[in-house]
Amino acid sequence: MSLIDLANPTRFLALSARVLPWLVAATIILLAIGLYQSATAPDDYQQGATVKIMFIHVPNAWLSMFVWGVMSVASLGTLVWRHPLADVAAKAAAPIGAAFTFLALLTGSLWGRPMWGTYWEWDARLTSVLILFLMYLGLMALWRAVEDPSRAARAAAVLTLVGALNLPIIKFSVDWWNTLHQPASVMRMGGSTLDKAFLIPLLVMAVAFTLLFVTLHLAAMRNEILRRRVRSLQMMQAGRKAA
Amino acid sequence: MTALSALIRRDIKIALRVGGGALIGVLFFLTVVVLMPFALGPDLALLSRLGPAILWLGALLASLLTLDRLFMADHEDGSLDLITMSRTPLELACAAKALAHWLAAGLPLVVAAPVLGLLLNLDMAATGAVALTLLAGTPALTFTGMIGAALAVTLHRGGLLMAVLVLPLSIPVLIFGVAASQAAITGPLSFGAPFSILCALTLVSLVIGPFAAAASLKHGLD
Repeated sequence: MSLIDLANPTRFLALSARVLPWLVAATIILLAIGLYQSATAPDDYQQGATVKIMFIHVPNAWLSMFVWGVMSVASLGTLVWRHPLADVAAKAAAPIGAAFTFLALLTGSLWGRPMWGTYWEWDARLTSVLILFLMYLGLMALWRAVEDPSRAARAAAVLTLVGALNLPIIKFSVDWWNTLHQPASVMRMGGSTLDKAFLIPLLVMAVAFTLLFVTLHLAAMRNEILRRRVRSLQMMQAGRKAA
Repeated sequence: MTALSALIRRDIKIALRVGGGALIGVLFFLTVVVLMPFALGPDLALLSRLGPAILWLGALLASLLTLDRLFMADHEDGSLDLITMSRTPLELACAAKALAHWLAAGLPLVVAAPVLGLLLNLDMAATGAVALTLLAGTPALTFTGMIGAALAVTLHRGGLLMAVLVLPLSIPVLIFGVAASQAAITGPLSFGAPFSILCALTLVSLVIGPFAAAASLKHGLD
């Protein structure tokens, strides 16, 4: 089974229908474990119970960038290999990525209020994630503005790849600039600075959120394929009536 | 080479002649800046503090406004098809078109900035700093905006969609442009650091812009 085999939408639908229930189950189980572990994790000696926002905030923030990465790969698939499912994948991922980005901003803002004393601060990390959110919205507007999906796909692919330049800026913004947002503490040279009591629930939640994205993405791709089929059936019917 | 210089000369000529509309951007720039004191009140101290930001915002909006001319007119009269089919690489042709557009529409904004600085009560040093940052930064606005213009022309949609696509890409330029001008006026940070980043952004956009615009033209036109 290779990527080429999946180019047939019918085969993709059949395969994804078989995989999807397992993915849903795995997501629910991992989310339950992660949430339980997060809830029972000890309070931080400085932040108290608010440290638990981290278990939601950090996975959302990771996913906000990961989804753009997935869309960039899909865009390469659209432009370079003309893979027929690539633009479906890119289109289906955009609203999900926007939702993750919005939740990252929202939870970060709710966390910032008790910790920094402000809901919002124009520092580099927050600003670059806000730009990411705006680009997600722009991309969704682009998909909606054009009727022909293949034409919209190629335009969106170019824009996605240009927007991918923002990802390293977000990742390294806390190292390059002196920001209110703390620097990287999990994925950094010399190991994580996070205590095990926090690190393990965080990693479980990160995996659970990634599974959640894969599940939602697969379901959204199926919907998009079916939507396109309905559309072409409607067009055929309209054409038959006219003739 | 002659093809590219011919393209640049042609685009500048078209932009400056009747119906070209390149200088409307400057007029818009002037209008936006004149609107600001009405909104903020004629407090000269406040205006001189906000001056660099106002000038940068005005220049950003003015360059955005003229961008849809970059490919639209050529698409309408068919010369864009000739350019895409010619032997000159499309990336170079896009770069040449953007350069011509900047010379006709971007450079006048830079020249107009010191005059508008007088209206905003900026002193000589501040005016010089803003003009210098605009000189370094407006090419980045044109070259990243070109991506949006190319997308808009392939989608037959201009206006608001292009603004929504282009503005997020121009935020870094705005941040460092204003930061450099503010640093030159008030300190305490140095002018050099944000200005170098601004120049770096311009150089990056000079590379990325033509390739992305050419890619979207190649894939989008039919």
